[in-house]
Amino acid sequence: MVIETKAREELSFAVIDAITHKHNVQPGAVIPVLQEIQDAYGYVPPAAIQRIAENMAVPASELFGIVTFYAQFRLQPIGKNLIKVCHGTACHLSGAERIAETLAQAVGAKEKETSQDGKFTVERVACLGCCSLAPCIMLNGEVHGRLTPEAINKIVSQVQETKILTPAE
Amino acid sequence: MLPARNKKDRNWTIRVGLASCGMAAGGRKVYDTFSTKLRDKGLDVELKQTGCMGMCYNEVLIEVSSPEGGHVFYGHVTPEQVEGIVEGHLIGGKPVTEWVIPADEIDNLLAKQKRIVLRNCGVVDPESIDDYLDAGGYQAIEKVLDSMSSDEVIDEVAKSGLRGRGGAGFPTGVKWSFTRKSLGSQKYIICNADEGDPGAFMDRSVLESDPHSVIEGILIAGYAIGASEGYIYVRAEYPLAIQRLEIALAQARERGFIGENILGYNFDFDMSIRQGAGAFVCGEETALMMSLEGRRGMPRFRPPFPAQSGLWGKPTNINNVETLANVPWIILHGADAYNNCGAEKSKGTKVFALAGKVARGGLIEVPMGITLREIVFDVGGGTSSGLEFKAVQIGGPSGGIIPASLADTPVDYESVTETGAIMGSGGLIVMDESACMVDVAKFFLNFTQAESCGKCTFCRIGTLRMLEVLDRIAKGEGKEGDIELLEELAEGVKRASLCGLGQTAPNPVLTTLRYFRDEYETHIYEKKCPAKKCQALITYEIIPEKCPGCGLCAKYCPVDAVSGRRKEPYFIDPEKCIHCGLCMSVCRLGAVSVH
Repeated sequence: MVIETKAREELSFAVIDAITHKHNVQPGAVIPVLQEIQDAYGYVPPAAIQRIAENMAVPASELFGIVTFYAQFRLQPIGKNLIKVCHGTACHLSGAERIAETLAQAVGAKEKETSQDGKFTVERVACLGCCSLAPCIMLNGEVHGRLTPEAINKIVSQVQETKILTPAE
Repeated sequence: MLPARNKKDRNWTIRVGLASCGMAAGGRKVYDTFSTKLRDKGLDVELKQTGCMGMCYNEVLIEVSSPEGGHVFYGHVTPEQVEGIVEGHLIGGKPVTEWVIPADEIDNLLAKQKRIVLRNCGVVDPESIDDYLDAGGYQAIEKVLDSMSSDEVIDEVAKSGLRGRGGAGFPTGVKWSFTRKSLGSQKYIICNADEGDPGAFMDRSVLESDPHSVIEGILIAGYAIGASEGYIYVRAEYPLAIQRLEIALAQARERGFIGENILGYNFDFDMSIRQGAGAFVCGEETALMMSLEGRRGMPRFRPPFPAQSGLWGKPTNINNVETLANVPWIILHGADAYNNCGAEKSKGTKVFALAGKVARGGLIEVPMGITLREIVFDVGGGTSSGLEFKAVQIGGPSGGIIPASLADTPVDYESVTETGAIMGSGGLIVMDESACMVDVAKFFLNFTQAESCGKCTFCRIGTLRMLEVLDRIAKGEGKEGDIELLEELAEGVKRASLCGLGQTAPNPVLTTLRYFRDEYETHIYEKKCPAKKCQALITYEIIPEKCPGCGLCAKYCPVDAVSGRRKEPYFIDPEKCIHCGLCMSVCRLGAVSVH
């Protein structure tokens, strides 16, 4: 993968400090803090965990335990575009596996992978809750439904041409 | 979607369904196109966004109502059709009949429904508190504060027969009275909106379409149990629901429905939103509280129950979204109006996310006691594929599969439990003949196995061993004794798990074994998958007579197993084929067969 995780010296502690400061008064705020860190960087940089631990007086091991427990948190950066493939019951029955297969070919990354060119990260999710439009995917926060293998190819080529960016950038 | 409105629209009104489903189908573009067209033409038409209208199979949906009170729905609306609707209907005065959803279709869909929880969904603008107030919103909390004691509120809810809609079905009034009676000055209300079942979207739709009714329900619950603080725990996968809740909370705070001395009465209540971080187990109440406290969401032993010692050790009451959305209606219309409908021990209505292979999928609300057959055929219009109806999956990964032969089972907590499934939170997936029951059981177990928090050995390892057995059965490597082994493991997982996730995880396996044992046996002994779903047990072939040699299948094959020359029949190399079925799904001429 072409993207490297940020080293401690590259991270702006100002961003992290502002987030921890905002939440510090609330009990049990570590999860919202980690969520905002991920919003800011697109992932939770390991170096940020150290800083949060210092700021909030929570052991880094405990933070690491939380980050690895919840599926939402990522310790690796993601590609420019994030695609979540829905594998809910309705999508499964309508061929989610075939959608995933086509997508893997089209973007060059299987589920839980980032493409070599850093353009796409593909994730597998349990359910997007748009069951009536099955099978569906979420591309950069937007749901696309009633998909066919052809529709997937069309969507991917549109993204490659127009350069859609993630909110994280 | 409600035929009777609280307030008649004065002008021409266009409502565009903009919940997640509507958005995903392109609703925002339709809304924007209307906005531009109406402005260009200088028409005095009220354009409104609204939430889920319930007919998700018809998205993008719009409703056009005239000043005289007539209203029609248009389905599958595209931005290109907007001009036609504006010209023909709004200016010309005649609905564009070819795009209108036939009235009898809507009548069929609604005939057996009763909308209490969904009373405002698809009617009000979810981002407008005025719309909610016009629909009678916040009158229930006012009534409660003005003329009812806490005990009277609890009695009313108890008398209504309302039971927890998150799945377990515990009587809400009783639950409230436990927390009420607990000693302690600080108590909490938590609204559980961590809707994690794959195939369920009831809570998402309610929050996206009518967030104020949930907020009002929380306020009433808070008053009843003596709490002053509330949390709404929503899964992060629902960004639109979170956004609309935030807007609604800010509006309610501004109008004095949240804060100190609410509406001038001696009642203070504040609430905030917390986002779940993607752990299914956090739908379990003790795990949810762990997560709110900023820890790994792992369930703990009960007792003590949250009513005695919950969030930060304080008495806490946790209710599901749908339960709370019922409450304002019960207070305003009275317990008797609510318990008038429903079954003997299950009163009121239940919201279902009807999906899968059903013709009219969407968000429905039906009286308890209705049969599954009525839901699938009368409301849902039968299967979408035309294939025979095989089973419904109810209750998500904790629930089970009920076969077509038991379609006359009434939908109430006790009857559903008798089948081996559970009512659950409201996911209802219709399956036709093309569904393989081994595959379905494997699908759900795969989910619960991955979502097990790992605390209890049987849930952590037992489900994995079960999954391995199912895997080998699906691969045609099943052997004698596998079914018995599954049953033995299932029993162990049920008995030796601490929380609902583990205790119910084997249900999909046990119910498929109970009703479709022969399918398992065919997989094990004949090495065949009758539904032609399990990849290792099927082969794909191109029928030469039907293949014109267009090459589309070869283009899509991920492993280059399809080859041939243009304009001549293609051929699948059985050695290379991974049985994914892509060739079959892209072929427009039905030239690929599976057996």
